[in-house]
Amino acid sequence: MNGDLDFEKPITEIEKRIKELRNFAKGKRIDFTKEIGELERKARQLKKEVFSSLTAWQRTQLARHLKRPTTLDYIGMLFEDFIELHGDRSFGDDRALIGGLAKLDGEGIVVIGHQKGKDTRENIARNFGMAHPEGYRKALRLMKFAQKFSKPVICFIDTPGAYPGLEAEERGQFEAIARNLRDMSQVYTPIIVIVIGEGGSGGALGIGIGDKILMMENAVYFVCTPEACSAILWRDSAKADVAAEASWITAPALFKLGIIDEIVPEPSGGAHRDPGLAAQELKKAVLKNLGLIKNINKDELLQMRYEKFRKMGVFTEEIETTESRKL
Amino acid sequence: MAWFKKPQYATIKGPKPLEIPPGLWTRCDGCHQLIYNKELAANLKVCPKCKYHFRLSAFEWLNLLLEEGTYKEYDARIKPADPLGFVDSKKYTDRLKEDQEKTKLLEAVVTGEGLIGPFRTCIGAMDFSFRGGSMGSVVGEKITRLIEKAIQKKNPLVIISTSGGARMQEGVLSLMQMAKTSAAIGRLNKASLPYISILTNPTTGGVAASFASLGDIIISEPQAVIGFAGARVIEQTIRQKLPLHFQKSEFLLQHGFIDMIVERRNIKETIIKILEIIS
Ligand SMILES: [Zn+2]
Repeated sequence: MNGDLDFEKPITEIEKRIKELRNFAKGKRIDFTKEIGELERKARQLKKEVFSSLTAWQRTQLARHLKRPTTLDYIGMLFEDFIELHGDRSFGDDRALIGGLAKLDGEGIVVIGHQKGKDTRENIARNFGMAHPEGYRKALRLMKFAQKFSKPVICFIDTPGAYPGLEAEERGQFEAIARNLRDMSQVYTPIIVIVIGEGGSGGALGIGIGDKILMMENAVYFVCTPEACSAILWRDSAKADVAAEASWITAPALFKLGIIDEIVPEPSGGAHRDPGLAAQELKKAVLKNLGLIKNINKDELLQMRYEKFRKMGVFTEEIETTESRKL
Repeated sequence: MAWFKKPQYATIKGPKPLEIPPGLWTRCDGCHQLIYNKELAANLKVCPKCKYHFRLSAFEWLNLLLEEGTYKEYDARIKPADPLGFVDSKKYTDRLKEDQEKTKLLEAVVTGEGLIGPFRTCIGAMDFSFRGGSMGSVVGEKITRLIEKAIQKKNPLVIISTSGGARMQEGVLSLMQMAKTSAAIGRLNKASLPYISILTNPTTGGVAASFASLGDIIISEPQAVIGFAGARVIEQTIRQKLPLHFQKSEFLLQHGFIDMIVERRNIKETIIKILEIIS
């Protein structure tokens, strides 16, 4: 099947045979129940073997899977009445970072997210989910809108990174991201962030400040793509798998480091094998987490958000003595 | 009403000459001519021929900006850890040890307080010689504490930035330092305290995309490279040659992302003038 990853192929192969056998058996007097049962057992076994011990690099590939549900897919499955809003009111509209209004179980929310495409044509239109400064500025505009009308914000992260381009630099990519980091820490409405696919560095963090940070089971979040990390630190672009493992980019690793609050389980084999089920789990997690924070008063919410990021970091410190270094 | 105290008297001195680098001369990275080290030091490590600004260490910056005997260091004993147990071609802990020996610093930033002219200022200076000035947990923590100290003491804040980006060996923990430092700047703003950000060559990646570009006033040295993505990555992505001054401070000034370009010898005086006006 088109877009299949190497380690998925044996599973897809068996699933194809099961389907063929079912079609073949239709309307015939031969009973294939036993054979189909046997193949299904084999498929389950194989899935368990492959997917229970995914490496960080395999998860990266799943996170980037062309069939993986995107922000718009989840919006369609989690919310009702989505109305997309466009533009940063200053330069343009970024199709790689979208946003708008919707209802979650009848309650109004503001939703923001990176948007990747499912094929080359769509990906070109969406710039592969890599936003320009106007995308981050639109996101901030929508967050301030949410604040004004006391609506919670849900952010979907799915980007290889902020776009590294001439015009992005001319329009101040670094300024747009920095401003979002500062101002999102002050937006007094609940913010839930979900890494649904790729969490690429500053481009991800630019919409990634919130009260609860969730991560899909096979999503990855990194400071530098495994490919770039491999090229820079190993001086060998073929060591992406090693770099991925060393950099603690998976949901379980980041949970252990205290970066994320919750891992949202995915269907066996990844969200793309059963998007409906993935969305169901995600909706459950979003509702639960929103319930935890939606009644906290503004000042306390901002204090908690500040402290959440304030405590991230690992270092050692000796007790300060009175001596201080002379210049 | 002023948000921070205006001092009663002013004793403004010009910057002191810097320590002379070892050897007789240095070849300029700008014009490739030979410059005598004594002349270079006397000229604050700026090429007298082409005005190329050589890199300064964190302590050279503090020396340049602060009045003699007024400096008090903060958080001098925070040391980097190795939370991921990171090993590439070398162990991260070994790389740290090497840079600590080479620079006599524990990490890539030095923070503290002192007088700039008459103004008691919370000040931080980054050092490119330590892991390329990259921001990991320690840089993020020290910068955040510095900002919190400025709020607590109602002091103006000055940070001299130079950085190649995030400390990759600390993974997403280093990314989160961008969030932490920027949130602290948000609190500084609420307290109406001034932050003057000085950008030096180079200031890129995660430091550019966080506290360095959040100054109330942003000053850059001439010809400093400032930007988010590396020029080589951009060239590979868009497959075209970049314009001549791309990502140089002159380019940023033209596009509206910095307030001014100031030569090294005038930076101290500029900071004092600004603080005099807004205090
Ligand atoms: Zn020169």
